[in-house]
Amino acid sequence: MLKSQSKLACLAAVLATAAWFANPEAAFSQDAAPAPEPVVTTVTATETTVVATTAAPAEEAPAEDAGPSIELFTTNNLWMMIAAALVFIMHLGFACVESGLCRAKNTVNILFKNSLIPCIGIITYAFVGFNLMYPGFADTDSQFWFKFAGFGIGTDEAGVTSAYNVGYTYWTDFLFQAMFAATAATIVSGAVAERVKLGSFLIFSTIFVAIAYPLAGSWKWGNGWLNRLETPFYDFAGSTLVHSVGGWGALAGVLILGPRLGKFLPNGKVKPILGHSMPLATIGVFLLWLGWFGFNGGSVLSADPGLVSLTLVTTSLAASAGAVGAMIISWIILKKPDLSMTLNGILAGLVGITAGADQMDMNTSLIIGLVAGVLVVVSVIFFDKIKVDDPVGALSVHLVCGIWGTLAVGLLGAKAGMPQFMSQLTGVVAYGVFTFIFAFVLFFIIKLILGLRVSEEEEHGGLDLGEHGQEAYPDFQADSERLA
Amino acid sequence: MKKIEAIIKPFKLEEVKDALADLGIEGMTVSEVKGFGRQKGHTEIYRGSEYTVDFLPKIKIEVVLGDALLEGALAAIVKAAKTGKIGDGKVFVSPVDEAIRIRTDETGDKAV
Repeated sequence: MLKSQSKLACLAAVLATAAWFANPEAAFSQDAAPAPEPVVTTVTATETTVVATTAAPAEEAPAEDAGPSIELFTTNNLWMMIAAALVFIMHLGFACVESGLCRAKNTVNILFKNSLIPCIGIITYAFVGFNLMYPGFADTDSQFWFKFAGFGIGTDEAGVTSAYNVGYTYWTDFLFQAMFAATAATIVSGAVAERVKLGSFLIFSTIFVAIAYPLAGSWKWGNGWLNRLETPFYDFAGSTLVHSVGGWGALAGVLILGPRLGKFLPNGKVKPILGHSMPLATIGVFLLWLGWFGFNGGSVLSADPGLVSLTLVTTSLAASAGAVGAMIISWIILKKPDLSMTLNGILAGLVGITAGADQMDMNTSLIIGLVAGVLVVVSVIFFDKIKVDDPVGALSVHLVCGIWGTLAVGLLGAKAGMPQFMSQLTGVVAYGVFTFIFAFVLFFIIKLILGLRVSEEEEHGGLDLGEHGQEAYPDFQADSERLA
Repeated sequence: MKKIEAIIKPFKLEEVKDALADLGIEGMTVSEVKGFGRQKGHTEIYRGSEYTVDFLPKIKIEVVLGDALLEGALAAIVKAAKTGKIGDGKVFVSPVDEAIRIRTDETGDKAV
């Protein structure tokens, strides 16, 4: 199952590349803010800035470029907090999509997982994740793979001024990034739905989101080795760092778990297991699209009018093209326009544009979305063919289209070119190798110790009763119909 | 007393109910059921995979009535439920030994 040797060889190659190109570069997109510790001197600088806006004295003119005005800083920070709230709403979107595309008897279980993941994500990000992902790599460090700035979060006065970053305070930075971390873990939940043991899954998610996501994230957004390539790897808002990482984790889980009972018949045929609520799935997809305005728009890391508005446009164009692509291809291949596939197409377009949302124009956004929409349908059919059971299409949406979007930055838009493409490929391979192996080993250990899959009996009866002793829809009839 | 069980196409329920009400029949029990007869099932598609739906949704009407009303009721049901296409359904008649109206303890014909 695991082509470990070839993948290890890739890892070694990637390692060598990294060592070669240990070259500090300007920060991009979600790159590190300065590490919180060494900010003693900036406190005075901030005071000068504030005084400057009120009294405008000529005496201290050379005070550190004066920074942004308090109004600009407040506006930037406000947008970043709104963006964090939008990313937060994506968790409701995931909950709706996943429960809608699964059976009614597993709804409580899915909602339970989706309720706990953001909570676990935020807590672990506070304890370790934030300081593991943004450890403040210094140019003098011997390696740019791993650094840890200590447990817990906290800042001094400078952290809540523009001395920390012109776009946001320390706290906003933490919250926005914490929402992202939780997103990566949620992706796994949909793929392993309807058969994974709750406790085992929660343990996996905790370790995955506490260690794998932030460690891998530091390579790029934490100003680690991928950000120091001669042509730095580029991932604007996380096609790879968030979506592929979640997707690789999902792939590992699905391979170890195996398909749901009854999905693949002994005669080789696929027996689809129908989702129980298309309205719920549709609501979820639109919530995710809404949330993506914050996911991509917030990844500008300020309220820069031009960049934020461009990003929202490219994001929406790609989502729309994704839906159109999925509709056309499902109409041609499957003879009917499939709703759940078209919904996946919207998400595919969104995941696809995420890596280069600030680098594309109208046409390139449309191309990225269209290709993603086609890819997602073909890949859902492909995964069914090779008997990999993914109830909600998480692998096709997040893994396949995450890779596509990341590579597309080297093919289309402002950064297109061979060196960029090679850097993108390096990033895709590095994240794939690391995350897949990490998740596979973690799932495997959990399987040995606790077991990973519910009993056959429980799977038939539904995880709602088996894991929770509860039902999502307990009433025989709706109350309003039960009068008299 | 007799019991009529009529399996009909769901969209015909309203017409059948009205036809029976016109005869003075005062009650019935209706359930959503699934099954197949000569019509068999059909194929649907979900996320790229075809599957057959063997059991088609139908409505089952159960009416218990006095022997005198039987002929008229059967004719009304058949007339109202007929489309002439395959899948119109079936009607079964069976004898009923006893009926009790719970609220008043009435029995027999008075209870239906």
